[in-house]
Amino acid sequence: MKRRPLAALLLWLGLVIASIAVIVQTRFTTDLSAFLPDAPTAEQRLLIDQLRDGMVSRLLLVGIEGGDPQTRATVSRTLGEALRDDPAFVSVANGEAVHRERDQKLLFENRYLLSPAVNPERFTEDGLHEAIAESIDLLASPVGMLTKSLLPRDPTGELMQLLERLDGGNRPATADGIWVSRDRSRALLLAQTRASGSDLDAQQAAIETLRATFLRAVVDAGKSPAEIRLLLTGPGVFAVASRSGIQDEVGRLAIVSTSLIVALLLFIYRSPTALVLGLLPVASGALAGIVAVSLGFGSVHGITLGFGTTLIGEAVDYAIYLFVQSDNKTSPQTDGSVAPPAFWPTIRLGVMTSICGFAALMFSGFPGLSQLGLYTIAGLIAAALSTRFILPHLLPPGFAIRDVTPFGERLAALVKAAHPLRRALIVVALIAAGIVWVQRDTVWNRELSALSPVPDADQALDMQLRSDLGAPDVRYMIVVRGETPEATLEAAEAVGTQLDGLVDDGAIGSYESPGRYLPSQARQAARRASLPDAGTLEHRLGPATAGLPLPAARLAPFIADVEAARSRPLLTREALAGTSFALAVDSMLIAQNGGWSALIPLRAPTTGPHAQSVDADRVRTVLKQTAPDALFIDMKGESERLYSGYLREAAVLSCAGLVAIIVLLGFALRHPMRVLQVLTPLAAAVLVVIAGLVTAGVSLTILHLVGLLLIVAVGSNYALFFDNDTVASTPAPRTLASLLFANLTTVTGFGVLAFSSVPVLQAFGCTVGPGAILALIFSAVLVRPTCPAPGNPAR
Amino acid sequence: MSVVRFSRRLRSGLLAIWALLACPAGFAASPDWTVDRLMQSLSHQTSGQATFVERKYLAVLDQPVESSGELRFRAPDRLEKITLKPKPESLVLEGNTVTVNRGKKQYVVQLSDYREVAAFVDSIRATLVGDRATLERTYALHLAGNPDNWTLTLLPRDPRMAELVLRIDIKGSRAQLREIEIRQADGDRSVMEIAAVGAAQ
Repeated sequence: MKRRPLAALLLWLGLVIASIAVIVQTRFTTDLSAFLPDAPTAEQRLLIDQLRDGMVSRLLLVGIEGGDPQTRATVSRTLGEALRDDPAFVSVANGEAVHRERDQKLLFENRYLLSPAVNPERFTEDGLHEAIAESIDLLASPVGMLTKSLLPRDPTGELMQLLERLDGGNRPATADGIWVSRDRSRALLLAQTRASGSDLDAQQAAIETLRATFLRAVVDAGKSPAEIRLLLTGPGVFAVASRSGIQDEVGRLAIVSTSLIVALLLFIYRSPTALVLGLLPVASGALAGIVAVSLGFGSVHGITLGFGTTLIGEAVDYAIYLFVQSDNKTSPQTDGSVAPPAFWPTIRLGVMTSICGFAALMFSGFPGLSQLGLYTIAGLIAAALSTRFILPHLLPPGFAIRDVTPFGERLAALVKAAHPLRRALIVVALIAAGIVWVQRDTVWNRELSALSPVPDADQALDMQLRSDLGAPDVRYMIVVRGETPEATLEAAEAVGTQLDGLVDDGAIGSYESPGRYLPSQARQAARRASLPDAGTLEHRLGPATAGLPLPAARLAPFIADVEAARSRPLLTREALAGTSFALAVDSMLIAQNGGWSALIPLRAPTTGPHAQSVDADRVRTVLKQTAPDALFIDMKGESERLYSGYLREAAVLSCAGLVAIIVLLGFALRHPMRVLQVLTPLAAAVLVVIAGLVTAGVSLTILHLVGLLLIVAVGSNYALFFDNDTVASTPAPRTLASLLFANLTTVTGFGVLAFSSVPVLQAFGCTVGPGAILALIFSAVLVRPTCPAPGNPAR
Repeated sequence: MSVVRFSRRLRSGLLAIWALLACPAGFAASPDWTVDRLMQSLSHQTSGQATFVERKYLAVLDQPVESSGELRFRAPDRLEKITLKPKPESLVLEGNTVTVNRGKKQYVVQLSDYREVAAFVDSIRATLVGDRATLERTYALHLAGNPDNWTLTLLPRDPRMAELVLRIDIKGSRAQLREIEIRQADGDRSVMEIAAVGAAQ
């Protein structure tokens, strides 16, 4: 009678085929947005949107290094010129005055539509007198040299009004008309891509274009690429680099850890057949994991694939237990049925505790992590089931791996010898707890950037180029929304009026607004309507210039300009084309979720009681009273809140996972003391790992926290084998050997990650790797050498 | 005038600033009056403070605009021009950085960003510390008068400078500057009268 095994095998084969059918249809994604958190509030969504798609996400920061200053300037010019002609780039700035003439022409021609000072009072006799007198005073100042020649056309100084407001704050230093770093060792260039920051394929293409164009520019300048180097940073560069970096790394690490594990297994089994069979549960698990994620999420992330397989690496252990601990009696009987091996309940419990741990991942706010959670859970269940029901049938008759009993006996002797260390271990755990307690305020990293997959060196270069380019870190931003661009601009102007008051009070230093470059049609029309006709203006200028050194007769160009302005069409977005204002408007007035948003960044005052920091409370109060719909966003605060939200979520989920594990153990072991005995070595391992990381100066992130939970989940497998009542009083020598082998494969799988240059992977590696090995050692040391406590129900 | 000539205007504006910052005061005397002698006596001063009255004669206005305030110099490279009338304003040059404060606005400019201006300010600094070699890189120097009443005329050598400035006349008495007159290429001119604080008028 071979019906049962045949049915199981057929079912398994059917599932494998079905899985492959699903996998063939599965979409594999690689963009990193899965590892950006879902954002719960409107402010945070906006922040994430900005990080992902906003103007900031499209900037490429370029530094040109090496050679002499003239060569760098030449390369910068050639590069700038070529990129400006490339449709992949919206704008390229390197200090050359490409827009300046058109900018100034547009400002001057439209000064009566743009100047906030234009209103009916300004064109009365008194208003004109005051404005003209002011312009004459300005001539005494060196600043006035700028406006001297324009006085007959612009005696009220509207252009100066505009220039004062448009002054963009910090600008990069220039040399030979080209932006350079402060120490002059680099030429600088700022390019903005047309593609949004989340379109990684387009970003990658733009970056490649830029690199190729740079090489051509270097060759054109008669230099070798080794001499003149390109430094390139920016969100797009990071995203593309980390995409390929993580993919490369996951691939490379997977190969390294797989070969190490295979080598280890070959060493243990001494049998290629056993090796292939031993990997079967993992392979089944991986298939099940991909299918589950594909069905659950609609697509599978490349990282889930590479990384998840590492996480279900513990499935290799199941086969090890089976091969090492079972003797020939557990191979198929004549009737085809397989008696469950004695260790099966232990494995079952171990799988269930692992699942409790990974469930914490599944409920995470990071879609990427929840994919990992689902993948791992499905994978472990499939691996355990195939170990239990499929693998024994596949063992060839007379299958045996080399006997590890002698080795196990040596281990058992070691364990016995280690017993006196129990006290010392408790002391070590207490010291670790003390270290963690003392440093409890600095244990956690509270910056969102801690999750960034970008290596520190690249972040430092980015910071340096950014500060050289004078790109300010905008911390505070107001966002107003409207149905149409016009409604949004009007709302932005209303907020602007309030902000003007705050600027005067010194609560904020200045602000930017799209309305500054493109006022709403309503406001432009109002300004135009306040211009008097030529006759009236001429009539008023006589009295207005009385007592001033500028006679009205010299102001005929002014009268002509005002008359022309009265019939000038209102400024539109199209009219800004070819100027740098088009870019400014596009970056601050953006279509979003079916409506429009205006972004209004605030700058801190340089002097006064709020020097270097915006008076956020005042801004909030004013906005609440006058524009309750406007969002006031503290970018830094918001990202910290967002991150601490995730940290809290991770902490809650980890606690829930821990509680679930304890409850599970409570049910299975039926005695609190036994639960405590299983958990003590795990707790000690976790404490020592945290203390070690803290002492090494690592501040922990969400990923370390998840790693700690994995120590408990994986480590509980070992601890359970040392539980006095599950197996004999101390584990049999073979069990000990299999535990060590299983542990070595786990430590190899995770330990390899610790050498990753991607922070995310490294965090897991340096937590779980040492944690797993400590969990085993501590379980062995803490095991009670004596008989079970009296009264414990035997299993 | 076209608006697109701002940058040139700005340059000429800055040129005027540097000229106006030249405000040394000190003590030196020498009977044998040459450029070298003048430079030598100028080189002895390390700091100075003076008041100024400046008049700008502009073609566009019927009358000159007048401003007044204080000038300060501290060797090797700090110059301040504090205008009190008609509108308070301060202009400080230290090392490579120019800072202008006017009303609530602050403008910060790096001198090396403007090559012509840098050449010019080097010349002014060179005058203040008596560095003839630097001066002659940009200007032809002519000295007239006697130690008690001299005029140093700077004529730009560089054609790009000549587009902005026709000539600069610096008048003084011994190591004391009395007046700086700048004639611009567009016909406007400015005259700054300097009186050392505490010195007899």
